[in-house]
Amino acid sequence: MSTTEAPSNGRHAMGKSMKRKEDARFISGRGRYVDDIVLPNMLYMAIVHSAYPHAKITKIDKAAALATPGVLAVITAEDLAGVGLAWIPTFHGYDKQMVLAVGKVLYQYQEVAAVVATSRAAAADGVELVEVEYEQLQPVVDPFVAKTDATLVREDRENKTNHIYHWEVGKRDEATAAIQGSDVKINERVYFQRCHPAPLEPCGIVADMNPETGCLTLYMTSQAPHAHRTVVSLVTGIPEDKIHVISPDLGGGFGNKVPVYAGYVCAAVASIVTGHPVKWIETRTENLTTTGFARDYHMDVEIGATKEGQVTGLKVTTVADHGAFDAAADPTKYPAGMFGICTGSYDFPIAFTELDAYFTNKAPGGVAYRCSFRVTEASYAIERGMDMLALALGQDPADVRMKNFVKKEQFPYASPLGFVYDSGDYHTTLQKALDKIGYKELRAEQAEKRARGELMGIGLSTFTEVVGAGPSKHFDIMGIKMFDSAEIRIHPTGAGIVRAGTKSQGQGHETTWAQIVAEELGLDPQNLLVEEGDTDTAPYGLGTYASRSTPVAGAALAMAARRVREKARNIAAHVMEAPLDDVEWVDYKFQVKGVPEKTVTMKEIAFAAYTNPGPNEPGLEATYYYDPPNLTFPYGAYIAVVDVDKETGETNVRRFLAIDDCGTVINPMIVEGQIHGGLTEGFAIAFMQEIAYDAEGNNLQPNFTEYLVPTSLESPHWETDSTCNPSPHHPIGAKGVGESPNVGSPAAFVNAVMDALQPLGIKSIDMPLTRDKVWRAIQEATAKT
Amino acid sequence: MNVSITVNGTKYERDVEPRVLLAYFLRETLGLTGTHVGCDTSSCGVCVVLMDGTTAVKSCTMFAVMADGHEFTTIEGMKVGGKLHPIQQAFTDQHGLQCGYCTPGMMATAIAFLKTNPDPSEAEIRDALSGNLCRCTGYNNIVKAVQQAAAELSAPAPEPVAAS
Repeated sequence: MSTTEAPSNGRHAMGKSMKRKEDARFISGRGRYVDDIVLPNMLYMAIVHSAYPHAKITKIDKAAALATPGVLAVITAEDLAGVGLAWIPTFHGYDKQMVLAVGKVLYQYQEVAAVVATSRAAAADGVELVEVEYEQLQPVVDPFVAKTDATLVREDRENKTNHIYHWEVGKRDEATAAIQGSDVKINERVYFQRCHPAPLEPCGIVADMNPETGCLTLYMTSQAPHAHRTVVSLVTGIPEDKIHVISPDLGGGFGNKVPVYAGYVCAAVASIVTGHPVKWIETRTENLTTTGFARDYHMDVEIGATKEGQVTGLKVTTVADHGAFDAAADPTKYPAGMFGICTGSYDFPIAFTELDAYFTNKAPGGVAYRCSFRVTEASYAIERGMDMLALALGQDPADVRMKNFVKKEQFPYASPLGFVYDSGDYHTTLQKALDKIGYKELRAEQAEKRARGELMGIGLSTFTEVVGAGPSKHFDIMGIKMFDSAEIRIHPTGAGIVRAGTKSQGQGHETTWAQIVAEELGLDPQNLLVEEGDTDTAPYGLGTYASRSTPVAGAALAMAARRVREKARNIAAHVMEAPLDDVEWVDYKFQVKGVPEKTVTMKEIAFAAYTNPGPNEPGLEATYYYDPPNLTFPYGAYIAVVDVDKETGETNVRRFLAIDDCGTVINPMIVEGQIHGGLTEGFAIAFMQEIAYDAEGNNLQPNFTEYLVPTSLESPHWETDSTCNPSPHHPIGAKGVGESPNVGSPAAFVNAVMDALQPLGIKSIDMPLTRDKVWRAIQEATAKT
Repeated sequence: MNVSITVNGTKYERDVEPRVLLAYFLRETLGLTGTHVGCDTSSCGVCVVLMDGTTAVKSCTMFAVMADGHEFTTIEGMKVGGKLHPIQQAFTDQHGLQCGYCTPGMMATAIAFLKTNPDPSEAEIRDALSGNLCRCTGYNNIVKAVQQAAAELSAPAPEPVAAS
C-alpha cells in the first residue's frame, strides 16, 4: 500500500491485505536461515545418539573418532561436567536435563557425544567411529506402567518415583456430586497422541566465541532470543552483555524452537574451547526424535447434564507422559499450562480438573505446539466430550452447544476454573457457520445416506482459546515476567524502524507490525522497517509462541506508537503555533481544534522533530513494555463434513468451514493464511501423525517417511470466514489467531468421523484416524452385529 | 572428482568428494543458499532445483558427480530479464509463502510442471506439487499462485507497438 492509495475501509493501514514485506527476500533466495551462515574458520559439529531407550553407558571410546582426519574433538558428559554443563535446568526450572547422557541413556536417540570437525563430512565420519558400550535396561514406555514405579527412569532424582507432579484446579467434591446426580452422564477416555511440530527447517546453531572480546554470539533457531540469552548467562556465568543471540530467518517453529537443546549447548562449549565458530544443524531424524514433542495427554472426560441437555458439571482427569525430563515449556505457575480452559465455550456451573505427570523412557518435551500451553489438549477433551454428551442425550450436537454456550451478555465471564473470558458471541458465530455450510441440508443428506448404509459425518468444534501470556502477576518463565516490548524510531523523513521482543517464524510480523504502527501514526507502512530477533538491538521480550505476539507485543507496538504520537503532538503545537490543548489527532493528521484547514502531517512533524522541535525534546522515538491486564480469548466455530469408505476405512474431508473470531484483524490475507496452515496441521494430527513407541521403546516415526506431513494432494480445501468481537482490554482489540485452527480443528475432524461411524455403534477412536485404524474399527463393529 | 556443472548460466569446474550431494554443492561450494535441506529421506522437496531447464530434481537425492555436464537453475537464477519470474510474482501476490523455507523448491517444481502442462486443473497442480511439503500455508494459496503463473505464462505475448 502506498500513502496515495485511498483507504478502502476508512482506516489508514490496518485491516488491509497488504502484501508481505518479507516476501521479497524469500522469493528470490535471499532469506538467511541459520544453516546459510558461514563464518571464517568455522567448524562443524555432529552428534552421537543412543540406539537404546534405557541403558547404562559402560564405556565411551573416542580414540578411533579422534584419529579420523578432520576430527578435532569428541565431547562427552564428562567433558561438560568439567565446565559445569553436564546438566541444565529445564525451561520452567522445576527439573534439570542432561545435555549429553550422564551414566545412562533415558530414551532412544538421546545425545551421547558430540564430534567437532573441520567439515560437515568429517564430523559425520567421526560420529560413526565413537564407540559406545551399553548395558541395556528395561524401558518403561507407558505412563500407566510408569505409575507403578517398577522401573525407575530418573535415578538421579531425590524422589525415587516416576511421578513428577500433581496439579488440580476447581472443586473436586462438588463437581463429582453434580455429575453423579445428573440425569445423563458421560465418562470417556480420549487420548491426544504424542506429536511433533516438525518445522521444515530443523533446529541449528552457529556459536561464535570471540576469545579476544569474550563475546559469545549465537546465531540460533530461536523463537525466544532474549529468554535464551538470559538462560545462557544464568547457566554459564557469562555476563549477559557478552552474549549476543541472533535469531535469523526461521523456517517455521510452531513451538519446536522454544526450548534449549543439547546441540546448542555443545556447539557453544565447542566454540568456547576451540575459539572457532562451530555450526550444528539437526538432521530430520534428530528433530523428530530428540527435540520437543507435544501433547501425550490421556484424558478422562466426565460431563453431567439434565435430560433437556443443560450441562451440570465437568471433570477432566489426565495422565501426562512427559518423557525422560520434565522439559515442558510452560509458565512457572502453570505446570499443565492453560489446561483449565477445558470448560471451553460452555457455562458449566461447576468443574474440576486434575493431572498427574510421569517420566517414561521417551524423548522429553511437552512444548506448546501451535498452541497456548495445553489449550489444544483441553479443547479436544471438551469438544469430544460435548459430542459424546449429545449422543448420550440423543440430541443434535449443534443444539447441545447452543443450549450451553456462555451468553454474550455474560462477558466478562468468570469460568469455574479461574479464567475471566474477555469477550465473545458464541451463538452468533456458530449460527453463521451453520447457515453458511447449510447444516440442515447436510443433516438431511446424511439421513438419506445412512438409510442407504453410507457413512457420512458432520463434526463441530466450537472452541475457546486462551492466549497472550501474560499478565505479570501470574505469568513468568524462570521468574521473568511475560510482558513484551516495542521500540519505535521515526527518522526525519517520516520513515522509521520498529523493533519488538518477538520473533516471526513465518507469521509476517514485518508486515503486520508495520501496519499497526502506520495506523497509529498515519505513516506509510512500506517505510517502517521491522526488525526482530537480535538481542543487541531489540527491546527485551519473551518471544513468539502461544499466540502471544499480537496480544502482547502487538499491544506494546500500539502503545509505543501512541507515545510517539504524544511527543509529536507537542511538536505539532509548536509548529502550528497553537496551544497544546487545541491540537487534535484527526483523520491521521494533527489539526487545530475547530480549524480544519490548519493541519500538519506526521511526516512533517518527523522532520520538525529534528529541525525545529521548539521547546520540546528533539527526536521522535519511544519504547513501551506492555504488561497485559488479562489474557485474550479467541474462539471459533468449525464444521467438518466427511465421507468414510466402509470398505477401506478411508476418510474424505469433503468440506471444512472455519469461522474464527480473533477480534480486530490487522491483515486479513495473513490471518487467512495462518488459518489455512493451522487447519492443515490439525488435519495432519487428526488423520496422519503420531510419534509412537513400541513396547521396547523404539521410536517408530523417526523421519518423514514415517511421520507424515500432508501434501497438496490430501490436504482439504479450506473455507474460512469470521466474526469480530474485539478484545475490550487490548489497545487495538486484537486477540491472536495463529494457533486457533490447530487448536480447534482436530476435534471437528474426529467428531465428523465418529458421527459418520455412529450407525455402526463406534463411539471413539483415538487419533490419528488412519485408514487402517478406522477400517479395523469398522470390521470389529460389523462383526459384532 | 572433477565436475563441470552449469548453474544459473555460469559454468563451474570443481573438484568434489564423490559423496557430496548436489544440494550441498550448491549451498556450500557455490554459496547458493536459496536451495534448502529439510529432511534426510528425499521426502520434503525444499531442495528441488531445475535441471536442464525442464526437469525438477531433488538436489539432496543426487550426488554432485551425477550432475556433471548438466545445467541447473536455482532460485537465485529464476528471474527473467531482471524481473521476477511469473511464479515468483504469483507466490507473493497470492500469499503462497509464510516462512519461506519450502518456497524455492516449490517454485522450481511449479516451473517444471507448467512447462509440461501449461493449462492445468487444480487436481493436476495438487498432484504435481505432492513431492514438496509445506508446513505453513496448507497449499490453498500455493495452488492459486501456480494458477496465476499458468495464466500469465500462457497469455499471448503483447503485440509490438507499431511506430506511428
